[in-house]
Amino acid sequence: MAVPTSSSVDLSAALVLGPTTGADWLVILPVAWCFAVGAVLVMLRRAVGLHPIIAVAGLVGLVLIDALLLGHVAAHGPETMVMGRWLPPFGIAFTVDLTGALFALVAAIVALAGGIFSLADINDSGRRYGFYPFLMLLMAGVSGAFLTGDIFNLYVWFEVLLISSFGLLVLGSEPEQIDGTVKYGFLNLVATTLFLVATGYLYAVFGTLNMADIARKAEGLRGSAPLMTLTALYVLAFGMKAAAFPVNFWLPASYHTPRVVVSALFAGLLTKVGIYALIRVMVMLFPVEREELSFVMALAGALTMIVGVLGALAQTDFRRILGYLVVSGIGSMLAGIAVGGPGGIGGAIFYALHSMLVMTGLYFAAGIAARLGGGSSIATVSGLYRKNVGFAALTLMLCFAVSGLPPFSGFWPKVMLVKAALDIGAWWLAAALLLAGFCTVIATGRLFLLAYWRDEPGAAAETVRLPPVVLVPLAGLSLLTLGIGLYPEPLLATIQSAAAGLAEPSAYLNSVFPAGGLR
Amino acid sequence: MEAWFALLVGIFFTVAVYLMLSKSIIRVLLGVAVLGNAVNLLIFTGGRLTRDVPPVIAGGVDTLGGPAANALPQALILTAIVISFSFFAFLLVLAWRAYEDLSTDNTDEMRVAEPVKEPMPPLGY
Repeated sequence: MAVPTSSSVDLSAALVLGPTTGADWLVILPVAWCFAVGAVLVMLRRAVGLHPIIAVAGLVGLVLIDALLLGHVAAHGPETMVMGRWLPPFGIAFTVDLTGALFALVAAIVALAGGIFSLADINDSGRRYGFYPFLMLLMAGVSGAFLTGDIFNLYVWFEVLLISSFGLLVLGSEPEQIDGTVKYGFLNLVATTLFLVATGYLYAVFGTLNMADIARKAEGLRGSAPLMTLTALYVLAFGMKAAAFPVNFWLPASYHTPRVVVSALFAGLLTKVGIYALIRVMVMLFPVEREELSFVMALAGALTMIVGVLGALAQTDFRRILGYLVVSGIGSMLAGIAVGGPGGIGGAIFYALHSMLVMTGLYFAAGIAARLGGGSSIATVSGLYRKNVGFAALTLMLCFAVSGLPPFSGFWPKVMLVKAALDIGAWWLAAALLLAGFCTVIATGRLFLLAYWRDEPGAAAETVRLPPVVLVPLAGLSLLTLGIGLYPEPLLATIQSAAAGLAEPSAYLNSVFPAGGLR
Repeated sequence: MEAWFALLVGIFFTVAVYLMLSKSIIRVLLGVAVLGNAVNLLIFTGGRLTRDVPPVIAGGVDTLGGPAANALPQALILTAIVISFSFFAFLLVLAWRAYEDLSTDNTDEMRVAEPVKEPMPPLGY
């Protein structure tokens, strides 16, 4: 880039003049990679036979890139890249810290599992209607949301993933899917519009959209600017995205209608983006306002947990049970954000990562169960244990994990959350967490008892072989859950420093404004 | 000026919420369109309203002299217009398909995904 040297203006105050380093490229690479692979897939729309190969290879690449990024951030601290060389806060910044990198990596793993499962679940018509391009664009939106350091840019990524999710949701165009998409579409659009309202107000108050800039300016504006209004709007918008209790009804109305792999990816990715955004805004940008709203959020969290699990108990359909369990898990994360502190925030992050893996795995199990048992109602499906013992064992592991039983990944975040709640004296919140866990045991236990252990009347007990493309993703996620449950230390240490980095964002600020920056 | 615009934004939001509370999906759709414009006006107002002051920096100085409207909110609105327009188009087609496939435009009667009278879940076997 040619920089005019004859000018008397000091460009170094506004522009990055040095060369772009490799680490800078790494920050933007997950998004650029997803868009590039998605674009290639769109160009090859007549060669749908190639789509699965390219998409799965692309997702393997995404996992590797995100792993590299996490390794880099863990070693060197947060990393910032600005678009168009404009220095922050003028340029749109991508800033990756441990929280964002962790979420991005787990999202990529979930997407890879979904990509492999889709080989068996998405037929030629689904491929022709663009399942794989939509999947890559969805991942671009999800990765962008986790990595961006600009709040309006976050809104744009929300819209990117929302429009891709519409495409995935109506794939097949059956009446149930149209019905589910109507509710999903309208309610999610209202949620993102609320997000936009909040962001418009935020810009009017702060005069900046860069998150690091907002975080350091919030202290000076507190008391003179309506920060509480902003925070409340953000809680409502992200709560709606995450399906928190009073605004959760779009999720159980739509998540059981699309293709199994689409449900699985949505359960793993979309609500957690809402939780991530809530953590980012509440903990890093407006910590004082979070304290003040903590009772409301704790109440919403407790109600979400209980209402979710009661909904799960009232359902007969495998996938609708899971939809309500997703909602119930969101309640636990909200409780963690409400409690705050290293235990609460760390617990919320850990629970979100655990929930991404486990809920996706459970939706895979629902899909395989429908394939083996010829339906998804637990009133009619039976004898799955006899049909495939290995599959039943993997499902049982995930059922234990989602209920928060040891030795699976759900146990540790639940311990952290209950302890954090008891530490601040919120015994009722701890009780709600434990009650929700207990009811989840009943819900998943009934599911397992009826669909798996109950003998199929009048059927010969023959083992049905399952193709590896459906078993590998399920087994991968189940074993990951078991691994995290048995040996949580490395992940726990990373999550704790991620939570500490959010609560005390000086490293994040330093990465965006290395020399203190412009005031 | 800002006060009048605030009032206008308020009216837009009122109309949007009123329409979105309707059961008819076309009214909800119109409500969504009005809501998008309400937000655009809100952001526009948030970026200062001035008349006839182009944001041109005079020679010899580094910063703008007088108060001028902020150009960034207008860029934000442009992004938001593009997004909300594409969403509106998608939802319009979706509403039409819903009307065709479910033969109703009443959201209360759209109960294919969640049937009204469902049997109790099995309590034992």
